[in-house]
Amino acid sequence: MAVRVQREEFDAAAEVRTLVDGRTDVGGAVTFTGFVRGEAQGKQLLTLTLEHYPGMTEMELQRIEDEARARFELTASLIVHRFGELKPGDPIVLVATASAHRAAAFQAAEFLMDYLKSRAPFWKKESFADGSESWVDAHASDCDALGRWDGPGLTQK
Amino acid sequence: MSIAETSEARSAGVSNSQRLTVRYFAWVREKVGRAEDVLDLPAEVTTVGELVAWLTTQGPEYARAFERASVVRAALDQVHVKPAHSLKGAREIAFFPPVTGG
Repeated sequence: MAVRVQREEFDAAAEVRTLVDGRTDVGGAVTFTGFVRGEAQGKQLLTLTLEHYPGMTEMELQRIEDEARARFELTASLIVHRFGELKPGDPIVLVATASAHRAAAFQAAEFLMDYLKSRAPFWKKESFADGSESWVDAHASDCDALGRWDGPGLTQK
Repeated sequence: MSIAETSEARSAGVSNSQRLTVRYFAWVREKVGRAEDVLDLPAEVTTVGELVAWLTTQGPEYARAFERASVVRAALDQVHVKPAHSLKGAREIAFFPPVTGG
């Protein structure tokens, strides 16, 4: 039941321990961690810089989490997303979901990632070893992934 | 003519116009050359799409930033909106490329 936007690295295992600490209504927890890949467009990546929209980012992540909790029977959930300059191998995003039975936790984790990728106001800029830089283009596949979740949900006004 | 000059000129003569903070992110910010403008909304500009059209007449940097206007996304008071959305009562609008988080 929390969202965090931070520059600092996170510890996925510690976050899950905290999420379920002292609880007896959790039958399973699912975590997804996204990492920075060392190659993009066939080139060696030096850094990945994430820009975001302070204020809206937190609000949008909260709206996405609220939507997940309305759709799935979760007992706990957490979204942590980093911003700033990251390097290959660094963790970018953490989604953790806990529920009495595993199906809800698995589904909710995937739902959160699909919505987050297409709605949370983050933008990635890649800097390559050859000195070039470019903003990452949005993938049509990320937008299409929303199509499998029924209902109007978080559609635009 | 910059938006800042327009804004000052308008605020001197118009008392009840709507003041709007316009924020830019990612390559929209780079093309405009700054992170935000504060402007007094011209009376004829009532929707998000009309604001985009008006901005493109305010200088070459705006024309470049909104060259691919259908790609640029908008959020009004930090909620995603479409071009037809009304600006009425809004205090902040942001323009940015499709998001690429996660």
